[in-house]
Amino acid sequence: MSELFYNAAPNATRIAAPIPTQREYPDQKPQHVYLFGTCVVDLFYPEAGMDSIRLLEREGITVHFPQGQSCCGQPAYTSGYTDEAREVARAQLALFRQDWPLVVVSGSCAGMIRHHYSELFKNEPATLLQIEALAARTYELAEFLLNVCKVGLKDRGAPTKVALHTSCSARREMNTHLHGRALLAQLEAVQRVDHDHESECCGFGGTFSVRMPDISGAMVADKTRALQESGAAQVVTADCGCLMNINGALEKQNATLRGQHLASFIWQRTGDRT
Amino acid sequence: MTQMTRIPVLELPTPSFKTRARQALNDEQLRRNFRVAMDSLMTKRLAIMSDPDERERLREMGNHIRARALSKLPDLLEKLEANLTRNGIQVHWAETVDEANAIVQSIAEAHKAKHLIKGKSMVSEEMNMNHVLEKQGIECLESDMGEYIIQLAGQKPSHIIMPAIHMNAAQVASLFSDTLGTEYTTDVDELIQTGRHVLRQKFFEADIGISGVNFAVAETGTLLLVENEGNGRMSTSVPPVHIAVTGIEKVVENLRDVVPLLSLLTRSALGQPITTYVNMISSPRKSHELDGPQEVHLVLLDNGRSQAFADGELRQTLNCIRCGACMNHCPVYTRIGGHAYGTVYPGPIGKIISPHLLGLENTPDHPSASSLCGACGEVCPVKIPIPSVLRRLREENVKPPEATPHLLRGQGSKYSSRERLAWKSWRKLYTSPTLYKSFTYIATRLRNVTPRNVGPWSKHHAAPKPASRSLHELAREHLGEDKA
Amino acid sequence: MNARNNILDKLRKSVAGSTPINDNYDISLVTKPWSYAPEERINRLRTLMEAVHTEIHITTQKNWPPLVEQLLHDKQIPSLLIAPNTPHGRQLEAYWNGKAELPSLKAYDRPIEQWKADLFNETPASLTGTLGAITATGSLVLWPDQHEPRLMSLVPPLHIALLHASKIEDNFYTFHEKYKWREGMPTNALLISGPSKTADIEQVLAYGAHGPKDLVVLIIKDA
Repeated sequence: MSELFYNAAPNATRIAAPIPTQREYPDQKPQHVYLFGTCVVDLFYPEAGMDSIRLLEREGITVHFPQGQSCCGQPAYTSGYTDEAREVARAQLALFRQDWPLVVVSGSCAGMIRHHYSELFKNEPATLLQIEALAARTYELAEFLLNVCKVGLKDRGAPTKVALHTSCSARREMNTHLHGRALLAQLEAVQRVDHDHESECCGFGGTFSVRMPDISGAMVADKTRALQESGAAQVVTADCGCLMNINGALEKQNATLRGQHLASFIWQRTGDRT
Repeated sequence: MTQMTRIPVLELPTPSFKTRARQALNDEQLRRNFRVAMDSLMTKRLAIMSDPDERERLREMGNHIRARALSKLPDLLEKLEANLTRNGIQVHWAETVDEANAIVQSIAEAHKAKHLIKGKSMVSEEMNMNHVLEKQGIECLESDMGEYIIQLAGQKPSHIIMPAIHMNAAQVASLFSDTLGTEYTTDVDELIQTGRHVLRQKFFEADIGISGVNFAVAETGTLLLVENEGNGRMSTSVPPVHIAVTGIEKVVENLRDVVPLLSLLTRSALGQPITTYVNMISSPRKSHELDGPQEVHLVLLDNGRSQAFADGELRQTLNCIRCGACMNHCPVYTRIGGHAYGTVYPGPIGKIISPHLLGLENTPDHPSASSLCGACGEVCPVKIPIPSVLRRLREENVKPPEATPHLLRGQGSKYSSRERLAWKSWRKLYTSPTLYKSFTYIATRLRNVTPRNVGPWSKHHAAPKPASRSLHELAREHLGEDKA
Repeated sequence: MNARNNILDKLRKSVAGSTPINDNYDISLVTKPWSYAPEERINRLRTLMEAVHTEIHITTQKNWPPLVEQLLHDKQIPSLLIAPNTPHGRQLEAYWNGKAELPSLKAYDRPIEQWKADLFNETPASLTGTLGAITATGSLVLWPDQHEPRLMSLVPPLHIALLHASKIEDNFYTFHEKYKWREGMPTNALLISGPSKTADIEQVLAYGAHGPKDLVVLIIKDA
């Protein structure tokens, strides 16, 4: 509980959470996992969710998709509507009762569950215990495939160049850029190319993109320019907020380049067996 | 000849942050100046903090030192006061910038001082000291090269470490030739020599020197200042009177605490192992000494800091050692520059400190002007969780203004009953599986009639189109109804 | 005193009932990465200081005065400000004594008010001692005092500093510990890590901002 309670009293002077240690992964892959699809995937990129399910099933894992799930609560949380975020989060908590890993199809949503639910429920000690356990078994999809399933991908696609974009918060909280790169590196005919200011935000930031459309627009304009200049034939990302932002901007610019979810990209190249 | 930047320096709150930001985004020269400068500063910092283990452990140490100082702030301030007083330095307290200016003015009047020369002090910018004193017929001249340049231009700093970073050499060249009558040159060495020449005379003549403080050491009663130019030393050593102004949060417990903080400060700010000068002042000139000011004063300013201090989460704002690394790494700051914020402190730290200095009613858009990408928090040498604090301020900002406890001046400045209702409906929808199911069913079935124009989003994006079937539907079909 | 009490009252109220954070200062973090073999110190100090345009010469206790003479000659400096009541001031005066056509030596021996214009306008160079130096950051440590006042290392465009090699410490932490700074600080203490500089215009580095344009360090290797 130390991490969750390190600065509980409202007027206590806070010290920074300890430097995170390298996450430890189970030796064996589990028989069952929960899949958290996220609201953006549900409505706009369901194929990314389906391809995630297919990738996990190919690993011999039974995937459970509780139909009661909706959203991690992040949009309200980052907009300052904490009570609303908490209740939506609470509705999700009730769904993942078995001690199975929770695999999340989008990086920043995984980060919300792993790193921010504790702040949401800071005044509910009993819920905090539940959250600590949930956080410990929550994985972003690429991380889970790489470090828990320890996949070995057999590339069957044609040679291509891709650029990888990683959600900034997910990268900073969970090193998701390393997981994405490692998976792409397994694909023999795929060359990952860097793009200018790769670690810089694409400008999405949830409601930021509609509250500050000019600034957000300038950021995504720079990001899409960098991606186009990278020489990549397509963009790959494991975060659907960024994907919606980047693809929306590319489409508006009438560009031919598009982004795709990492799960779909891998599934399409590796067919139906490892 | 390049035009001077068109970003006006404005008093809050008009025109709005968004208007200024838009102007900045359209100023290509400005954006180029910032992009180049910020890229270079990021590279320099990374080069000198190349060992991640050392860097992360030192940042943690810096965080603990600042947190420890804040956790006993009132005691340390009293100890600082006692030790400074014992050393012969006169300590003054000011709750507001008006009080602080009145203190400086009364010291100036006591010495019949007409010419003040200033090192570099962001707190004096908070006080708007130059203008306030000027109205009383007292000249207050900036001597840091960057500050001097912008004072000549009638502007405000656009960066806390590099005040004139928004200008390029050509712009400074025109400014100097227009205001000082020197020959137009873009040779930076020559421009600096012009500044040196003019300001030497001013140091020589000044009645009082003004400075800020980087660390006020309680244990020994020492004011520590860092700088590269020597103007800080000039301002604090040459004139017969020295007045230092600083915020109440700048105190540290002891001298050894300064060791890691100093290293974090200069490496994070400019990628330097240390600044050219570290100037430690512990008393006025002693009777047998031959130079140094006869009087040293310290003005401790609150100006809203005690509001941030009242809450443990917001208190972390006061960890700040003013290195500017958060601005250098901020994708928003890089694009709009410092002036667009309209506040003394721009960038990420500005967004979390300004609401306390000015009230949320005067900084309503500041907490929202971030994608929460986390770049600022990642580089902050004292580990201020800037994104979390921004989020917290958003929460305070959308509360009903009458909500209790009333923590923040101007809380609820972005309160909108319509927006609150929208989020309440969102909650209803996303907590009810039945409602949610109907919603996604309708949204996917009506995908071809979704509006092409979805408000601000459409400015830079094509409207997103729902898929023909939701993941819920596809997964149910593939996996069956989940019983787990 | 109202402001004082109001501020302190507010702050006290805000921390009421909370516990102060313990001091868990980890000395190894500020010393271990910054420790050097004795023979490394001069080289590192030199590298760091030269990187910021400091001129460094290695010399001896006996040979530094002629070296100063040579430097002043090469740089065509007409006069040198010295502190007459310091051992190095006396040593230089003794060396200068009786030699013809040397730059004049000027003594800082009266309050600044009596010769401020002279210091600002007619004093091209100065010579001071140092308390020591810090290897980690390439910094000289100066504790100006009544005999060697603080403006000596600031106003003249050329500053020549004498540094005894044996006084070079590894890092700021060990230095301040060794000299027990916490027990008392002088009026003014300084770390100086090069000639004055600025990058305020377009980040272009320019030397000679407001302090000395040139810093020359003579490292005296003790026998």
